Amino acid sequence: MDIRLDGVSHSYGVTEVLRDVSLDIPSGKIVCIVGPSGCGKSTLLRVLGGLERPTAGNVLQLGQIPQDCLNPMTFIFQDFALLPWRTVRGNVSLVLEDHALPTKEMQSIIDDVLARTKLSDFADALPRQLSGGMKQRVAIARALAVNPAVMLMDEPLSALDSQTRELLMDDLIALWTRTPFTAVYVTHNLAEAVRLGHSIVVLSRRPGQVREIVHLDKPLAERGHGDPELEAHQRHLWGLMRDEAAAADAELLNV
Amino acid sequence: MSETSPTDHMAQARAVPFRGGGFRPRARRGVGIFVFLALLLFAEWGTRTGFISALTLPRPSDVLQTFGELYQSGLLFKHLVPSLTRLVVGAAMGAAVGISVGVAIGLFSYVRAGLVPLVAAIFPIPKIALLPLFVIWFGIDEGSKYALIAFGTFTPTVVATYAAVDNVDRTLIRMGQSFGLSWWSIVRKIVLPGAMPGILSGLRISLAIAIILLVAAEMLGAEYGIGSYILEAGALYDLERLFAGVVILSVLGIITSALIGAVEKRVLRWRS
Repeated sequence: MDIRLDGVSHSYGVTEVLRDVSLDIPSGKIVCIVGPSGCGKSTLLRVLGGLERPTAGNVLQLGQIPQDCLNPMTFIFQDFALLPWRTVRGNVSLVLEDHALPTKEMQSIIDDVLARTKLSDFADALPRQLSGGMKQRVAIARALAVNPAVMLMDEPLSALDSQTRELLMDDLIALWTRTPFTAVYVTHNLAEAVRLGHSIVVLSRRPGQVREIVHLDKPLAERGHGDPELEAHQRHLWGLMRDEAAAADAELLNV
Repeated sequence: MSETSPTDHMAQARAVPFRGGGFRPRARRGVGIFVFLALLLFAEWGTRTGFISALTLPRPSDVLQTFGELYQSGLLFKHLVPSLTRLVVGAAMGAAVGISVGVAIGLFSYVRAGLVPLVAAIFPIPKIALLPLFVIWFGIDEGSKYALIAFGTFTPTVVATYAAVDNVDRTLIRMGQSFGLSWWSIVRKIVLPGAMPGILSGLRISLAIAIILLVAAEMLGAEYGIGSYILEAGALYDLERLFAGVVILSVLGIITSALIGAVEKRVLRWRS
């Protein structure tokens, strides 16, 4: 299933956040969205996931939704959004309980996603017992459980320290290499974008418009930490964003 | 800058003064009981030596003796059982309706707009002042007592509940919506457990108010009950019996507080 954004604009009251964003998200690819802070990246993602109604324009799902998909557009949040009163297993089962699955099937889905995210040993732990990286892995497991057509990732690694971020990036790449999934990955971290993105959409400062789309052809599995080719891309992206980011920063000071 | 040798430095060495710590109360076992005992022993000593006159304060040992007589005559349970029934029935009604209305206020804009001013208007009314009205509405017997206690528990429960629902993490609710959870699932699995800490701490206050109102209700037209027992003792200036009654109320307060503590420990295990 592909996703098409068709002339999406959004305003909060008099503040225009997004202006005429058109974008295609091809199936099986990771599209990264980068831009200066406050450029409407997260708003765009919320529009994509149906949590926000755009002021103008449409979000279209093209093609059939896969049969076994329980929740086509599935979010992974920056702050994990785990229920603190449920165990790891309980947090995953939460999103399956409304689907009237046979108990046995539900258990096997949970066991499978916990194994894929290397959480099997922590199934009965409560979120407060887990480190930030583990919490985000639970959130990833929860997202995988509903077999999403598109994963909507809202700065999923921004709340983590840099070592954990590296580890989780490797995990995400391994997950994608095993079974390619479609994802929209919002981040302000250019290093993450060039590591994970098949294409990188650069948004301008508010109101967010598409400035440039950079395509990266190198397979994800071959992209390493400190790859010179990726660093060149990263420099190019920073060149695009630098002035925008500075202007956005100054704008905030004027408010 | 003068050259100083390492030994000179050592001669001037001072430990960095510690200035952290504190502001973190910890459980200290037995201190509460110690304070109780100290006060009781002081009263006992004072009344025995005549430092405190018998009219000012009854002797704790006499109060204990009165309590023993009350127990032996079987009157204790004759007073306690109706009181406990009134407390349980009234508080349960008030808390149940209060939590339901509080959740509704927390969830629905129209209910909130309609009921928050009403609750604010009802809250400061001393419910005891309405007892005559309740007697007319619900009769002189149990009905009016239940109503008074229920009404008194209702308002603080409502306020605590809707504040607790307001405080539920919105990102968790958005998460539930993003996974396509039904409205009822979100309320049951996200909103209610999230509001539980606030609801329980509200209940602590509500139940203490329920005990106060229990006594007030029993002071009017009740043959048996701790309230009527205290009122009777007060009218006769029988300080020993008055204090025996007051002690029962205090114990009741401690028990309800401990019960809520136990529930909190069970339900809110995920927090600590």
